[in-house]
Amino acid sequence: MYIIVVGGGKVGFFLTKALLEEGHEVVVLEKDQARTEFITSELGSIAIRGDGCELSTLSDIGAGRADMFIAVTGDDEDNLISCQIAKHQFNVTTTVARVNDPSNEPIFKLLGIDVPISSTMEILEHIEQRVPTHPLTHLLTLKELDLELVEVKIPANSSTVGKPIRDLKLPEGTTLAVIIGTKHKPSLPTPNTIIEAEDQIIAVTPPEREAALRTALRGK
Amino acid sequence: MGCGRVGAKLAEMLDKEGNKVTVLDVDEYSFRRLPSDFGGTPLVGNGTDQEALKKAGISETDVFLTLTQGDNRNIMAAQIAKHIFKVPRVICRIYDSKRKELFGSLGLETISPTTIFAEILKDNIKGKN
Repeated sequence: MYIIVVGGGKVGFFLTKALLEEGHEVVVLEKDQARTEFITSELGSIAIRGDGCELSTLSDIGAGRADMFIAVTGDDEDNLISCQIAKHQFNVTTTVARVNDPSNEPIFKLLGIDVPISSTMEILEHIEQRVPTHPLTHLLTLKELDLELVEVKIPANSSTVGKPIRDLKLPEGTTLAVIIGTKHKPSLPTPNTIIEAEDQIIAVTPPEREAALRTALRGK
Repeated sequence: MGCGRVGAKLAEMLDKEGNKVTVLDVDEYSFRRLPSDFGGTPLVGNGTDQEALKKAGISETDVFLTLTQGDNRNIMAAQIAKHIFKVPRVICRIYDSKRKELFGSLGLETISPTTIFAEILKDNIKGKN
């Protein structure tokens, strides 16, 4: 594959290195001359000094035949706009953008970026899975369906302990998939299933109903 | 958005005509360019930040202009205003004429001072010959 990487900082450098090792043809665009020279000395003549938002620069490096365009600078506006240029001017099929401010992720998605990646959110998800007391853990994001697979742990002091599921006010659009407890085997939750202390419940939810789901399952 | 020379001047003119004007800039110091009798609202904030836009009253805005020095910042903020907050009219300054054409064809109302000024200069030179 021919891949263009915009931004030769730490992320861009190591990404380019990994992609080259996998046998891809890679060109990295970097604004800073000294940094461009550093990348050239480390990885060979695949670094070009230039602005990933300049149409003439992108044309010079053959953006029209690129299979993938990855923008990983430290500025969200530069990542967004360069990907949009790649997509609309050069018809690159897959655009990947680093999202520095996590709140920009939905904007990137709305404005046509194929793969927006927020490193802050990625790190946060890994932390959640390792903190045993975290009330809600993200297991998987189903981006196309705009749904999330989450795990909710029921603490012993939760007000929902002892109640059947039919008594819980589950938010619309959420589905309980599996219930795993110390007293019962993993099973499909039914309206009559009683919530027990230390239960783990796997559920499917739209991202915006996450907090409501957590409250419904754990009580206040 | 952007209280540079153009932004400040435009805000002053629109304010004098009786419009309700809010000027957004990341740097409070740039508000020195506004006249002392300015009747609008200067607000410190980043126009690509949805919270700052909400604070500036983006949902009741009729016209939103992006006039910072950064083309990409202007384009990003303009798209947020247009596609997320559905502002009826969004005008975006883009210095780079090629980027101006591309985003113009994608539905943004764009103005490139570079092109306009170059054309004025060219006409002036021709006129004098």
